[in-house]
Amino acid sequence: MSRWKLWVPLALFAFIAGLSLYGLVAPKDEFVRSQLIGQKLPEFELPPATGGIAGLSSLDFADGKPRLLNFFGSWCAPCKLEAPHLETLSKAGVEIYGIALRDQPDDVADFLRQYGNPFARIGSDRDMRIQVLLGSSGVPESYVIAGDGTIIYQHIGDIRAEHIPILLEKLAAAR
Amino acid sequence: MIAEIGLAALWMAAALALLQLVAGFAATTGRAPAFADLVKPAAVAQGGLCCFAFGALIYLFAVTDLSVLLVANNSHIDKPLIFKLAGTWGNHEGSMLLWVTVLTLSGAAIALVEKRLDPQTLSATLMVQAMLSLGFFAFLLFASNPFERLLPAPPSGAGLNPLLQDVGLAFHPPTLYIGYVGLSVAFSFAVGALLTGKVGPAFARAMRPWVLLAWIFLTAGITAGSYWAYYELGWGGWWFWDPVENASLMPWLAATALLHSVSVLATRDALRAWTVMLALVAFAMSMAGTFLVRSGILTSVHAFAVDPERGAFILALLLIYIGGAFLLFALRIGTVSQGKMFQIWSREGAIIGNNILLSTILGVVLIGTLYPILAEAMGDKISVGPPYFNKATVPIALLLMLLLIFGPMLRWRKDSGSRISRRLIAPAVAALCGMGFAAWVKPDVGVIIILSMGLAAGLAVGSFLPLLGRRLWRTPLTVWGMVIAHFGLAVAIAGMASESGYSSETLAVMKPGDAQKNVAGWTVTLKDVAPVVGENWVALEGQMVAERGGQRFDIKPQTRYFFSPVMQTTEAALLTRWDGQLYVVISPLNSESGSIASSGAASGNPQSWQLRLWWKPLVTLIWLGGIITALGGIIALLGRMLRGVSFRSDRTDSGRYSA
Repeated sequence: MSRWKLWVPLALFAFIAGLSLYGLVAPKDEFVRSQLIGQKLPEFELPPATGGIAGLSSLDFADGKPRLLNFFGSWCAPCKLEAPHLETLSKAGVEIYGIALRDQPDDVADFLRQYGNPFARIGSDRDMRIQVLLGSSGVPESYVIAGDGTIIYQHIGDIRAEHIPILLEKLAAAR
Repeated sequence: MIAEIGLAALWMAAALALLQLVAGFAATTGRAPAFADLVKPAAVAQGGLCCFAFGALIYLFAVTDLSVLLVANNSHIDKPLIFKLAGTWGNHEGSMLLWVTVLTLSGAAIALVEKRLDPQTLSATLMVQAMLSLGFFAFLLFASNPFERLLPAPPSGAGLNPLLQDVGLAFHPPTLYIGYVGLSVAFSFAVGALLTGKVGPAFARAMRPWVLLAWIFLTAGITAGSYWAYYELGWGGWWFWDPVENASLMPWLAATALLHSVSVLATRDALRAWTVMLALVAFAMSMAGTFLVRSGILTSVHAFAVDPERGAFILALLLIYIGGAFLLFALRIGTVSQGKMFQIWSREGAIIGNNILLSTILGVVLIGTLYPILAEAMGDKISVGPPYFNKATVPIALLLMLLLIFGPMLRWRKDSGSRISRRLIAPAVAALCGMGFAAWVKPDVGVIIILSMGLAAGLAVGSFLPLLGRRLWRTPLTVWGMVIAHFGLAVAIAGMASESGYSSETLAVMKPGDAQKNVAGWTVTLKDVAPVVGENWVALEGQMVAERGGQRFDIKPQTRYFFSPVMQTTEAALLTRWDGQLYVVISPLNSESGSIASSGAASGNPQSWQLRLWWKPLVTLIWLGGIITALGGIIALLGRMLRGVSFRSDRTDSGRYSA
């Protein structure tokens, strides 16, 4: 066996050890990012989630106005915490479209009564098909959609007070 | 008080490990011979102290001493006693103490029973062993003290993850640990032999029983773990190529290769460097396994004890031990002279084939397991799943099986294919019958399944061929062990192929009443759903009847609700028949509101239930085969121990081996 071959195992080991060390110290990003950022919204059409509010289709986004698209569910606890911040955004002039996931009309109505209704439209996504189409992996989740229907930005998790300026900035940039 | 005594015992054991290291160095180098006599007593006393400390921890769990942090975090006063005891090692600190205990006990065993190895290599081996245990003592005492107090003591304790409250858990981790530690002993022997340069048959014979022992326990541990995942996790699969599963498979692959190459070294004095390399790799793999489980570096379904800091500690130990050993290998192996030569068409050649194929599978699994980290380092996010592993490993495994049919019949050193070709008629016929049958049952099942079934049938017959022409009662136990282990592998492969190729699955939504559903000749009826109460859980139990060919069986799958900690699990109902298993899982359809209080059973309003029904033909062969394989190992080990493996008896054995 030639001399240099004897060092191959050590070199391999060093490589694997380095990789493991990297895996250990590198900041872990547990979020699954959507692959659709920068692309057009996929086509969909959803019935209204409850009485007294319009349903939602992908065409509703294509009128030149940037909007926030929010995935929520009446059964989702972080969504309740998020509600006042959506309210703030709505008051700041942001038009918010919602998609209710795996929900019943009565439950959505109760939710809106209790936590307020910042939504201009709410589509009902019973089997989470649209959520999967958008590459979203959890609830709540929000997207900034530009006026031509392009997906600009994905916010994973509930929106908190500190996220509001970021979202407003993204919305302004999407104009 | 018990906790403090246990901790004191650990500190004393650690001090003894340091003494053993120094004395071992003195003995190996020949300096300060007065010191040298201390090596063995230090090893024995260390094992005793660790046993005592582990006993103390078991006692603390048995009486549920909640002033001990570990007990408070992992046990609960309302837990059944068996799970209180199993809770001792069902957590990070306790399992590390178990590891150290097994490690030091095996060090004590080497010191007491190993008489064949030359004293210098033995001292070097025990020195390396002391280095290993010192590292783990440091880890235990500085980063994961199992005896830490919690004051004031809480009233009840947090409980053990319900998924782990299972009899399987009582045996699964200890089994794997004994396997891993057995490989650490092989590692110590290999490094010891590297240090003294005496890599030869004597070293191989001293190492072989430890490798065999490790291999038996790894085989049993993987089999048990696979069955646990199968019936407890309720998804109907028995292997998922999860990182932690791979972490247990990789040492097994390396140990299997090592087991074969060490036999070549012991009987023929060939493959010196390769055997040493494999011994290093096998232990590296078992440490990597511990690292993967503990560090949370890879996302896994059963990383129960994730802690990056501890991961860093284990990685540091891994770097020192394995990196150091590979460095030593590169520097020293040149001084080990080449072993005996042989022709490729020989038993040695066949074992080399076995080693190459096993190493290839090992490489494939290692790459697949680490690839997500590499991808993340390059800014991508992927996970590597069953499609990759199945595609890449199964063809190699099939080649390995083909080799297994004729390899054991070849003679050492030099043989010819024509000598054994007539004997191969029987396995060839069996293989053809197997393939024909597999294709006849389901023509579109796929080439891989048909080949697997055929090779399993061929191997089932072929594994007995080494017994041909022998007087059975005079055949050494080691040969019987090999035959049985190879036969067990054939049984397991048949089970895997059958489950993968011929399972039927049905998903149904049912309301209690007389709703029926058919799966593979079975008619399953959901009669009712009723609440049942267990020791520390309540459950909704499906009262079901399965019928086939006029036979009726009651089956009762459950969804269980544990209250400490709060968690919901499914208990699959398994109906085992001779030709397979019916596997039934029940869960409330609307899982958000599916608590006990709002369930249909309590309110009298029939709710819908989601049922998953599987018929898995011959699936039990997978674990039966695993058990048979481990049994073969036990018989071989027994044979080695009973014959008091002297050089001469090994010689006569090797002469008759393939006659």
